Amino acid sequence: MAVEKLRCKECGTEYPLEALYVCERCFGPLEAVYDHSGHGDPEELRRRIQAGRADLWRYADFLPLEGPPPGPGNRTFPLAGLPVGYTPLVRAERLGEQLGLRNVYVKNDTANPTHSFKDRVVAIASARARELGFKALACASTGNLGNAVAAQAAAIGLPSYVFIPADLEEQKVIATGIYGTNLVEVRGTYDDVNRLCTEVSAEHDDWAFVNINMRPYYAEGSKTVAFEIAEQLDWTLPDRLIIPIASGSLFTKIARGFEEWRELGLVEGAPPVLNGAQASGCAPVANAYAAGLDFCQPVKPDTIAKSLAIGNPADGPYVLDLARRSGGSVEAVSDDEIREGIVLLAQTTGIFTETAGGVSTAVLAKLARSGEIDPDERVVLVITGDGLKTLDAVRESIARRAIEPTVDAFEASFAFGAVA
Amino acid sequence: MAVAVKIPLALRPATGGESAVDVEGETVAEVLEALFGRFSELRERIADERGALRRFVNIYVAGEDIRFLSGLATPVPDGSEVTILPAVAGG
Repeated sequence: MAVEKLRCKECGTEYPLEALYVCERCFGPLEAVYDHSGHGDPEELRRRIQAGRADLWRYADFLPLEGPPPGPGNRTFPLAGLPVGYTPLVRAERLGEQLGLRNVYVKNDTANPTHSFKDRVVAIASARARELGFKALACASTGNLGNAVAAQAAAIGLPSYVFIPADLEEQKVIATGIYGTNLVEVRGTYDDVNRLCTEVSAEHDDWAFVNINMRPYYAEGSKTVAFEIAEQLDWTLPDRLIIPIASGSLFTKIARGFEEWRELGLVEGAPPVLNGAQASGCAPVANAYAAGLDFCQPVKPDTIAKSLAIGNPADGPYVLDLARRSGGSVEAVSDDEIREGIVLLAQTTGIFTETAGGVSTAVLAKLARSGEIDPDERVVLVITGDGLKTLDAVRESIARRAIEPTVDAFEASFAFGAVA
Repeated sequence: MAVAVKIPLALRPATGGESAVDVEGETVAEVLEALFGRFSELRERIADERGALRRFVNIYVAGEDIRFLSGLATPVPDGSEVTILPAVAGG
C-alpha cells in the first residue's frame, strides 16, 4: 500500500484518506500523497508492472486504494467492474506526413469500455467509493463521465445518479440512460450542473459524487494515461503531448504521472512539453494563457465541443502554471477547425474521435503548421473520446451518394463514364 | 434586508454546523462582512490577507456566479440567496 494521505495543493494541510476534496483552511483542492519508499530499484518495479494485469490496475502502486484492486483476487470486492485502460498507442505516420512531422503517436482512449478516458477516473473513484462504504455513485457530467459512471455502476451493482446539461448530444444521453441510471437533465450549462451537484453532494453524504467528494481519488486515474504512454514508448518520455482541456484535471494528472515516474527513476530525461487544447467557444484557460494571467475568468460556453464546455475550470490555474513551465502553451481553435480536425484524424489514422479529439487534432495541426513543433519531436496526441458520441458535429462533413441499383448508375455517379 | 447565505459542507464547522445563515446586506461584500461579523473564523477561510476572495472560492447570487455580475459589488436583492461553494469540483 503506497497511498498515505491527502494534502492541500495550496497550503499543504494534510487530511486522512476520506471522502474529502476541499481544504477546510483555504478551500484549495486536495491531492493524494504516496510513500514510494518500499518499491526497490526501478528495474524491479518495471518488472512488477509488466507482470501485472492488462488494464490500468497494473499501476496499482500509484493509485489511491488502501486494499488490492477489485476483482477475483479481492475478497471484499470480488466484482472487478469494467476492464479499463491499457489502450493502444498508435504510430500515426500518415497524419505526421500531412503535418510535416516524423514521429506522431495517437493515444487512442476511445478503446475504453464506454469509449472515453472517463472510464479511467471512474474505475478509481468507484473502487475507492466501495472501500469507503458508499451506497451510490453520482456525477456532474458533460456526457462522457455520465456514460462511464452509469456503466460502471451497472457492472458493480450500485445505484447511480447522473446529472447532465439538458442540451447534450442525444448519443451521449441514450448511451448513459441505457444502463439504468437515474438520469437528471438540468436546464442549464455544465457549470450550473456542477454547482447544483456540489450542493446536492452536501445533502447526500452516502453518495460518492466521483468528481466532487471523490475528486482526489478520481483525478488520480488520469495519471494512468501518462504511465501507459511511457511504458508503450519502451519506458521513455515523449517530447510533447497535446491534451484537451475541460476542467484541466487530465492535463495536470498526465504531468503528475510523468513526474512521479521521473522521481522514481522509471523514466529519464526532460519532462515533456505540454500543449493544452480548448475550443474558442469555451476557452477560459487559453484566454488566460494568451493574456499572461495566472487565473481564469469564467466564460459562458458556446461550442460544438460539449465535452470540453466547462466555463469555470477547477484546475485552470494549475494548467497555466504547468503549460508555461513545460515550455508549452494553451491554444484555442474554432468549431470549423474542430470539424476539420475530426476529419483529418479519421482520414489519416482510421480513428474517429468525438469533438474533444477534434480540438486536440486541430491544435496539433496549428502548432505544426506554424513551425512550433520540430519535425523530429515525438509528439503524442491524446484522443479522449469516440466520434460515435458526437455524430451531429460531422453530419455535413461526409461525402455520400445514392444510386439506383444498376451498374450504369454506379459508374455514372463516379463519372467513370459508361461501361463499354 | 434579510439574505440567506448557504454555507458549504467544508465551512460548516466554522458556523457551528449551520447550513444556511440569515444576514443583512445590500451587496455581496456587505453580506460577507455581516457573515464574518457572526462567524469570525470564516473570514480567513474565504478571503486572503488583502480581503480578496481566495482563488478556489465561488460565490453565487440567485444561482449566478458573481464574476458574471459585478463581483463583490453585486447587489443582493431582499430575500435572495447567496451561495458559497468550493471551486475545485467537477470536470
